[in-house]
Amino acid sequence: MNIKENIKTLVIKKPLKLDCGKTINNFPLAYETYGSLNKNKDNAILVFHALTGDQFVTGINPVTKKDGWWSYAVGPNKSIDTNKYFVICANVIGGCMGSFGPSHKNPDTNKIYGTDFPVITINDMVNAQVNLLDHFEIKKLFSIVGGSMGGMQVLQFISNFPDKASTVVPIACTSSHSAQNIAFNELGRQAIASDHNWSDGKYLSNNTLPDKGLSVARMAAHITYLSKKGLQEKFGRKLQERDALKFGFDADFQIESYLRYQGSVFVDRFDANSYLYITRAMDYFDLVKQFDGNLSNAFKKTKAKFFVISFTSDWLYPTQENKDIVIALNAIGADVGFVEIKSDKGHDSFLLDVPDFLKTLKNFLDKSYSER
Amino acid sequence: MKTEYKIIVDLIEEKTRVLDVGCDDGILMESLKKNKNVDARGIEISKDKVQTCVSKGLTVIEGNAELDLKQFPNDSFDYVVLGQTLQAFVNPEIVIKELLRVGKKAIITIPNFGHWKVRLNLLIKGTMPITESLPNEWYNTPNIHMCTIKDFVKFSKIINFKIFKSLALTNKNISNINNANLFYKNLFAELGIFLIEK
Repeated sequence: MNIKENIKTLVIKKPLKLDCGKTINNFPLAYETYGSLNKNKDNAILVFHALTGDQFVTGINPVTKKDGWWSYAVGPNKSIDTNKYFVICANVIGGCMGSFGPSHKNPDTNKIYGTDFPVITINDMVNAQVNLLDHFEIKKLFSIVGGSMGGMQVLQFISNFPDKASTVVPIACTSSHSAQNIAFNELGRQAIASDHNWSDGKYLSNNTLPDKGLSVARMAAHITYLSKKGLQEKFGRKLQERDALKFGFDADFQIESYLRYQGSVFVDRFDANSYLYITRAMDYFDLVKQFDGNLSNAFKKTKAKFFVISFTSDWLYPTQENKDIVIALNAIGADVGFVEIKSDKGHDSFLLDVPDFLKTLKNFLDKSYSER
Repeated sequence: MKTEYKIIVDLIEEKTRVLDVGCDDGILMESLKKNKNVDARGIEISKDKVQTCVSKGLTVIEGNAELDLKQFPNDSFDYVVLGQTLQAFVNPEIVIKELLRVGKKAIITIPNFGHWKVRLNLLIKGTMPITESLPNEWYNTPNIHMCTIKDFVKFSKIINFKIFKSLALTNKNISNINNANLFYKNLFAELGIFLIEK
């Protein structure tokens, strides 16, 4: 992974006390920006990425040479219009696109951290990213937006910094990671750990990569991002470049070949230990528990305008979990809108070309911006 | 804007908090914001209509009044508006009680099934009435609990809520309903508009 070039990095000098008890300082936070900050510095949107995303939201990702993960939603005249807004996105700490993570060297031992890297949480991630506001001298963001784990960061951010955003858009997420989601994440972690090359996380020092384990983790996770109907319509029982079953264990079916491909391209851009750390952060996320069982208290101090979006076919972060956020907000009379978008594309709907979603997101942001 | 909406806007005081249940495409909410400086929220069951409301900058949640009113605390709104949908609920009694729990006051409008055309329709044709305001056949109508203005007044006594103001809409003319004229209003009004309190 050649990632050093093209990466903007902010070195955070201020000590950050992590939830695990350790304190980190002088650590790098990699970020990217799109559009330009206006004179009043009131047009900034902080976008939070999901599990395997990074700071390269749109355009061509200079490291992977592929489209940014949210190219459908972010760009000139798109839902998050970079002609109008200044979009900032940081690689989460624990990640592998330049921010402080397990593939970095421990300055104390001069060895790569691996699993000696401290366990980080969603709370730690947003506490690191809030430093970007000082860096750009932004007092208040116009909006914070994110889907999936990005949505969890949105919720945590507004809870930690209630007056630092005017509008808040959590998409396809939850306030408390479910047992089912923890289970899927554990499956991924165990796939990685059972790859001999993982070597208890010390693979970078050994120069062996747990590609098999990481690709199986990705394959399993990828299924959870789609819907049964979507899979059936796209693949059905179609065979992969053959006319009949081969009575073996090659990829007979297109869906098998597709998953194998997804797994194989993923290992080129993602670090196995980062996958462990970030999935752990998601599993530990429980905003309800942070506020003693009452989610409403997480939002009591903010006057921000919320807009919650879910998708009909998302069974990973189903509508009810998104609605729980709406219910908690309504219970304290907060300003909250909510819509469930009809889509067969599963949890991944927020990343894909789903016109109703893209239009609704744009309408909400643009209208709120003009009325600010 | 529909005369019905104009009447509702007139009934609502300035700078209050209003929940529009079944807010449709948000026309009433927009007018309340513009004319009465109201903090307006909406619930709407149709995804398309929620999206229309969002494009107008309105705060609307997708939901169903029978399931989603319970998330609002007691007295969280000054007014809750329910326009021409009471008859579509499985249990209108629970809905009215919920409206009056969530709102200090409620404004309910009902298409009057006691209108002479409806009565005549059934009397002459012997089939379920179809009129301009009730255009559906019996088998595909969402209106499963039709009532008349008189029924609604009676209902207020049965489930114990106060009617503060009752207005009749007849041919775009607005008039008050009282005990003395109830018989006639129930025969000639197309719509009843009620401001109620617990």
